[in-house]
Amino acid sequence: MLIDHYSIWNVLRQSLKGHTGWKPAWREPEPKAEYDVVIIGGGGHGLATAYYLAKRYGITNVAVVEKGWIGSGNVGRNTTIVRSNYMLPGNIPFYELALQLWEGLEKDLNYNAMVSQRGILNLYHSDGQRDAYARRGNAMRLHGVDAELLDESQVQSMYPWFDYDNARFPIKGGLIQRRGGTVRHDAVAWGYARAADRLGVDIIQNAEVTAIRIENGRATGIETKRGFIRAKKLALSVAGNSSRVAAMAGLKLPIESHVLQAFVSEGIKPFIDGVVTFGAGHFYISQSDKGGLVFGGDLDGYNSYAQRGNLPVVEDVLEGGMALMPRIGRVRLLRSWGGIMDMSMDGSPIIDKTPIDSLYLNAGWCYGGFKATPAAGLTFAHLIARDEPHDTARAYRLDRFATGRMIDEKGMGNQPNLH
Amino acid sequence: MRISCPYCGERSLDEYLYIGDATVTRPDPAGANAQADFYKYAYERTNPAGAHKELWYHSAGCHAWLVVERDTRTHEISSVETAKDVALKRNVAKGGA
Amino acid sequence: MSASQTNRITGKGLIDRRKPLRFTFDGKSYDGFQGDTLASALLANGVVLTGRSFKYHRARGILSAGSEEPNAIVELRAGARREPNTRATMIELFPGLEAHSQNRWPSLKYDVLSINSLLSPVFVAGFYYKTFMWPSAMWEKLYEPMIRRAAGLGRASDEADPDTYDKSNAFCDVLVVGGGAAGLMAALTAGRAGARVIVCDEHFDLGGRLLSETQLVDGKPAHDWVRAAVAELRAMPEVQILTRTSVFGAYDTGTFAAVERVADHLPKPGVHQPRQRLWRIIAKQCVLAAGATERPIVFGNNDLPGVMLASAVRTYINRFGVMPGKTAVIFANNDEAATTARDLATVGVRVAAIVDSRPQPSAAVRDAAKTTGARLVSGVVADAKGRIAVKGARIVPAAGEAFDVSCDLIAVSGGYNPNVQLTTHQNGRPQWNETLAAFLPGSSPKGMTVVGSAKGTFSLPDCLAEGAQAGAAAATAAGFSAHVPQVPKAEAESYGVVPMWRVKEAKHKAFVDFQNDVAASDIDLAEREGYRSVEHVKRYTTLGMATDQGKTANVNGLAILAALTGKSIPETGITSARPPYSPVSIGALAGHHRGKEFKATRLPPSYYWAKEQGAVMVEAGLWMRPQYFPRAGETDWLETVTREVKTTRSAAGICDVSTLGKIEIQGADAGTFLDRVYINMFSTLGVGKARYGMMLREDGIVLDDGTTARFAQDRFFMTTTTVNAVKVMQHLEFCHQWHWPELDVQMASATDQWAQYSVAGPRSRELLAKLVDAPFDISNEGFPYMAVAEITVCNGIRARIYRLSFSGELAYEIGVPARYGDSLIRALMAAGQEFGALCYGTEALGVMRIEKGHVGGPEINGTTTAADLGLGKMASTKKDFIGRVLAGREGLKDPSRPALVGFRPVDRSARLRSGSHLLPKDAGNFASNDQGYLTSVAYSPMNGHWVGLGLLSNAASRMGEIVRAYDPVRNGDTLVEVVSPVFFDPEGERLRV
Repeated sequence: MLIDHYSIWNVLRQSLKGHTGWKPAWREPEPKAEYDVVIIGGGGHGLATAYYLAKRYGITNVAVVEKGWIGSGNVGRNTTIVRSNYMLPGNIPFYELALQLWEGLEKDLNYNAMVSQRGILNLYHSDGQRDAYARRGNAMRLHGVDAELLDESQVQSMYPWFDYDNARFPIKGGLIQRRGGTVRHDAVAWGYARAADRLGVDIIQNAEVTAIRIENGRATGIETKRGFIRAKKLALSVAGNSSRVAAMAGLKLPIESHVLQAFVSEGIKPFIDGVVTFGAGHFYISQSDKGGLVFGGDLDGYNSYAQRGNLPVVEDVLEGGMALMPRIGRVRLLRSWGGIMDMSMDGSPIIDKTPIDSLYLNAGWCYGGFKATPAAGLTFAHLIARDEPHDTARAYRLDRFATGRMIDEKGMGNQPNLH
Repeated sequence: MRISCPYCGERSLDEYLYIGDATVTRPDPAGANAQADFYKYAYERTNPAGAHKELWYHSAGCHAWLVVERDTRTHEISSVETAKDVALKRNVAKGGA
Repeated sequence: MSASQTNRITGKGLIDRRKPLRFTFDGKSYDGFQGDTLASALLANGVVLTGRSFKYHRARGILSAGSEEPNAIVELRAGARREPNTRATMIELFPGLEAHSQNRWPSLKYDVLSINSLLSPVFVAGFYYKTFMWPSAMWEKLYEPMIRRAAGLGRASDEADPDTYDKSNAFCDVLVVGGGAAGLMAALTAGRAGARVIVCDEHFDLGGRLLSETQLVDGKPAHDWVRAAVAELRAMPEVQILTRTSVFGAYDTGTFAAVERVADHLPKPGVHQPRQRLWRIIAKQCVLAAGATERPIVFGNNDLPGVMLASAVRTYINRFGVMPGKTAVIFANNDEAATTARDLATVGVRVAAIVDSRPQPSAAVRDAAKTTGARLVSGVVADAKGRIAVKGARIVPAAGEAFDVSCDLIAVSGGYNPNVQLTTHQNGRPQWNETLAAFLPGSSPKGMTVVGSAKGTFSLPDCLAEGAQAGAAAATAAGFSAHVPQVPKAEAESYGVVPMWRVKEAKHKAFVDFQNDVAASDIDLAEREGYRSVEHVKRYTTLGMATDQGKTANVNGLAILAALTGKSIPETGITSARPPYSPVSIGALAGHHRGKEFKATRLPPSYYWAKEQGAVMVEAGLWMRPQYFPRAGETDWLETVTREVKTTRSAAGICDVSTLGKIEIQGADAGTFLDRVYINMFSTLGVGKARYGMMLREDGIVLDDGTTARFAQDRFFMTTTTVNAVKVMQHLEFCHQWHWPELDVQMASATDQWAQYSVAGPRSRELLAKLVDAPFDISNEGFPYMAVAEITVCNGIRARIYRLSFSGELAYEIGVPARYGDSLIRALMAAGQEFGALCYGTEALGVMRIEKGHVGGPEINGTTTAADLGLGKMASTKKDFIGRVLAGREGLKDPSRPALVGFRPVDRSARLRSGSHLLPKDAGNFASNDQGYLTSVAYSPMNGHWVGLGLLSNAASRMGEIVRAYDPVRNGDTLVEVVSPVFFDPEGERLRV
C-alpha cells in the first residue's frame, strides 16, 4: 500500500524505508476515447482548471493534454511573484481571488508550494509616480485589498542599503502590498496535477495537439500525437502557443507572442526579504528560499517564439539592479532564460467563450499569468462548467477590443510590447 | 540581434524600436465597415511562429521605418526594406493613392 | 620553496618560484607562487578541506582545476569587495589574498550543521513539498525563516561595490573561443591570412590542456609550442588576445558576450582601471574550441575531499607542481587512467590501484599499471572511505571479493563532456554519440564551427588539424584567402571510454550534483514519484541548479535517469544550457550605468543660471528642471510656489520650456499631413498663426497635445509635451513613411536646437519690448493672441516669438538657437527687473495649468479620449484623422465614462491629494461606489484654497454635487464640490489684452 498523504509524520516514517513507499504524484494513463472536458495545455492554468472542474464543479471526466512535460511553459520559467496590486476594477477582484486561493493552497492541495507572503514593494521616484501609486493603492483598498503608501524613511527602514544618496532618480517612497510575495513555481504545477489526478483527471503528457476537429461550428475533439480524443467541451489554456492553437480552430486572436527574459544569481545568504520593483528602470527582484536572487525587467520587445532574448535587455535589467542596489555588483548572474509571453492588446487576459461552440479560451496573460493561476483555473472552470463567466472574470471578454472596453492598466494602447 | 538598415548598415538591436506586424495596413476610413476593419487592423494578429513581416524604427539612427522579415523561431532576418518603399509599392498596387 | 608548501614538487610546473606570495585562508597564512590558483596553492600546503555543501554541510575539497568546480568555492576578499561563491580553481593568487570558506559555523572543520548529514534520510529531494504545511500561519513565521537562514552559500557584500566596470564593443572576422591546441591553431591560421581575430580564454594563460599534460608537440614540451604560438599571435597586428575572458553568451547575428576579468588577479584594481570589462563581440565567424569537462563517476562518498578528477590531478602535478596526494587510487572508465598513473608515479605518488570499470582494461592501462607498479583491478570503486578526507577506497572487482585500499587521493575519470554550451544558446540541440558516450554539438549558431574536444575530438593531432582547418575556413568565409598550414606533430592518444555512470555496489550516499547535494538516490526517488521527465527531475531534485551549473552533474544525472526509465539517453533528453556559460558578475553587466550615471542627464539651457539662483531641481524624465526658486526666509516649497504664481499673475514670470518637444514640419503637403494626425484642422491655419492641437493614437485614445505654428505656407513648427517628444516624433515618421509616403512632407526634431522661454504676466509685453529688435511690433494689435513671428532679439539674434499662454496670462514664448539660451535667460531677467519679474519652476507651471483647467500628463494618461477631457468638440467632422474611427467604438462613447471636471474642497482649508478616489457623498467605501479619481491638484494662490482636476463618471450632469475624495493610503477623506475645471479667469480675458 503506497502512501499518498503528505505530512511530516509520513516523511519521517518513509525516511526509515528509504522513501520507497510514496505513491507517484500522478498516473500516466492512456487517453480515453472521449472526455466531458478536454483541456489543451498542462501548464499551471490548465492543471488548475482541471482541478477546480473536478473539485468545485463535479466534472471529473477530464483530460489535460500536454505536448511535452507538465509545467514546461510559463509556470516553469517565471519569477514566482504573486500579488493583487492592480488598479482597474476589471482586474483587482480577479487577482485578489487568486491571492486568496494562494493563501489556502497548500491545505487545498496537500502540497506545499511555499506560498510566501513577504510583501511586494513598488518604489516611486517622483510626485507623479507617488500619486499614481496612491490612486492604485486607494483602488485596492476600495476592493478590500491591503495596500500602504510608504514614504522614503519607511522604505529606508526596510531596505537601508538601497542607493539613496547617489541615485539618478532618488527613491521617494513606495507602495507596499504585504500580502504579496512568491510561490515555488514548479510546485504549483505539480501540486495541481497531483490533486487533479486524485480526483480522476487524466494527465496526458507528450501528446501534442496537431488539429482541432470542428463539426457544424462546434468543436468536437482534438487530433494528438497519441491519437484522436473526443471532447464534449474543449478548453484552450496554452500560453505561449495561444495564437498557434487557436489558428487550428480558424481563430485570429488579439495577441502577439513576445520574449521576456528572467534571471537568477548564484545562491547567497538571504538579504532581500520581499519583492521589490524599481520605479526608475526595468528591474524587479526577490530572493528565493535557496538564496538565488530572482529578477527580471522588460520584454525584449519583438515577436518571438524562440524562448530566448538578446543582450541589450540583459544589460538594461542589470543596470537597473546596480542603480537600485549597488551592493550586488560582485554577486554573479548564474542563469538567464526566456519565456514566451502571449501579450494581449491591452495588457489584460481573455477568459471567454469563442465564436465556435463548446470551444473555450483562456489566453493573453502577458506576464501576469503565474500569479493568476488559481483564479484563472477557478474562473475558467466556472465558464466551462456553467457556460457563463465567473463574476470576477466578467471583464475578460474576447470582444472588448471591438467594443472599446479595454482594460489597459498601463495606458499603452494596442502596442503589446509596451504593456 | 543586428538589423541592416538600408541607409546606415548593420546596427545593433538597441538602436531600433519595434512596433509589430507589417502585414496589416490602415483600412479605408470611409469604407462601409470601417470600424470593423479598423478593429482588425489595430487588434487582430496572425502572430506566426515562423516568417514574420514587421515594422522597426531606426530610432537611434536615421529615423527610417523598416519592414523586416524575420523568423520568430530563430530570429534570423531574411530581408529589410524601408517602409516607405514598401508603402509606395503598396500604393501602386492599389492603383495609386 | 617555502617550507610550508609540503606538497610542492621540486622543479615542476609553470609557476614562478621567484615570486612567492603570501595569502590567508580562514585566517591562516600560507605561501604560494605567482602562477598559482588559490586551489593549487591550498593543495601545495596540504589543505584539502575547502568548503561545506549546501544542504547536508558535508566536507568538500577540490574536485577540478577549472570553471566547472562545484565544491571549492569561497568568499574572496573582504568588506566592500567581498565576493561570495568564488571558485578557488579560478582565483589567481595575488599578494595578500584573503579567502574564507562558506556555509559553516563555527568553523570549517567543526560545522554544527553537519548534523544535517545525519538527517539526510529525511531531507531528501522534494522534502519541502511534503511538509511545513501545518499550521499554515507558521510558514512565514517559523518554517521559512528557518529555511532562509540555512539558504545560500556565501554572503554578498554589505556595502556598495567600490570598483568600476567597463563595456566595450569589438568587431572581428573570426572569434576563437578557447586558446587550447585547437583554438591556437585556428587563431594562427586565420591570423596568418590577415583576418581580424579575437582569441578569448577564461584562464590567465593560453594553452588549455597543453599546459597540464606532458605530451610533446613537434618534439618539444607542449607548453614551449604554446609559447611560440602565442608569441606569433601577439606579433600579428590584427589579432587580439583576451585572456581571463569568458565568452558567456552567443546571441543573434554573431553577437557574443564576454567578460574580461581585468583586475581580479590584483589586490585591487589600479587607478582608473576597471575591475572587469563586458565585451560585446560582433564576429563574422566563430571557432568554438572550448574544450571538454571531465565527468566524475557516481560512487559512494564520492564527494569526500581527496576525490579529484583525473585531469585535475594532472593539472596540479604538471602545471602547478603540486602533489595532490601521497597514495592514489585511480578509478576510470577510459584510458585517462594510464596517463594519470604515469604522471602520478613520475612525481613520486604511489599508485596503489588502478580500477578500470571497463569489461576489459585496455592495453594502455595494463601497460601503465605495469610501469607504475599499480595493482590493476577490473571493477569499481564502490565507496570512498573517510570522514572529512579520503582515507581509503572500497574496491569491488568484477570477479572476487570487495577489498579496501588505503589512499588519500582517488583520481576519477568518467569520460569527457564536450563544452557545447555556446552551441545551444540559440536553441541548438546537442546530439548523443554512443561511441564517445557524450553529447556532441548538434546545430550551431550561424557562422560557428566547433573544433577539438568541444566537438568530441580527444586526440591532440586531430585537435591541431581541426583547428587549422576551421581557422582557414573561417577566414575564407570572412573574405580572406587562407590555406591550411602544416600542423605540428604530436602523438595520438587513445581514449576508449565505456560508460560507467553509477556504481551499484555503493553503500554510502553517491552524489551526482555535489554542490546541491543531489544523490543518485534522489533521482531514484523522483523517478518513483512520477517525476520522470529530465526537466521534472532537475527541478524536483535541484540537479544542475547550483553555481557550477551542473557542468559535472547534468549528464551523469541524465544517464542515471535513463537507466531507471529504461530509455536511451537521447530519448530521455538533454537539459539545454542558457547564458551565461559561467557565472558573470552583475557589476560587469551593468557597467558604468549606476548611481548618477544610471541614465543620461539632459540639462535645459537655463540650468546653470538656475543653479546660480539656488533653484531646487527635479528629475523630469531625463531632464533636470528647476522645480522652484526658494528665497531666503521662505519656510517651505508652498510658500515659494505661491509667490512665484502671484508674481507671475501680477507682474511677470519666466519659465524655461525648452524641454517641450519641437518638430520642424515642412513640405507642400505639410498642412494636409497635420490634418491627418491632429483631430482638428491645420491646413486652414494662417501663416503667422499658431493653434492648439490634439492628436490621438489609432485606438482613439489621446496621444499628446501642443501648439503648432505656421511660419510659411509649407513650414510648420510643432511642439509636443516634454514627456512625449520622442513618441510623437516616432508617430509622425510612422504616419508619413508607412501610411502616406506620397505626401510631400519632411520632419526633423528640433528639441535640442531651440532654447525656449515662456514670458507670462501682465508686464510680459513691456518686458519683451526691451529685447525685440525693431521693427517688430509687439503691440496687441501688431502681434495678437496666437500670433507667431520670426524676428531678431538683442541686436540681431535670430528668434521665434509666439503669443501663447499656458498660464492664462498675457504671455509669450520666445525661442532662440540653443547656444543663446543661457544669455537669453540672463537678458530676460535683467530686462524684467524693473517690472518685478521672476523665474518660476515646474511647480508654479503646474499650479497655473491647474488653475486654468488645462490637461497635462496626469489627464493624458493613455486611457482618456478627447471627449473624456472635455475636448471632444475640437475634433473636425470634415476629415479623417488618426484615431477617429476607433474613437467611435461604443465603449469609448459611453456617457458614463469618467470625464474631466474641477473640484474644490467644501471646507476651503482642506488639502486635496491626487490619486484620491471619488465616491458619492454618503456612499460606503466600496469599489462599487468608485466613480473616478483626482488627477491633478494644487493649492491655488488666486483662489486661496486647494483646487483639483479629476475624472468623474457622468460628470456633465453633476456640477455642484458634493462628493467624497477618498484617500485611505494617506488617511484622507475630504468632501469636495464638483465645479468647472477652470478656476481662474474663466472667460480668458487676461490672455488677449
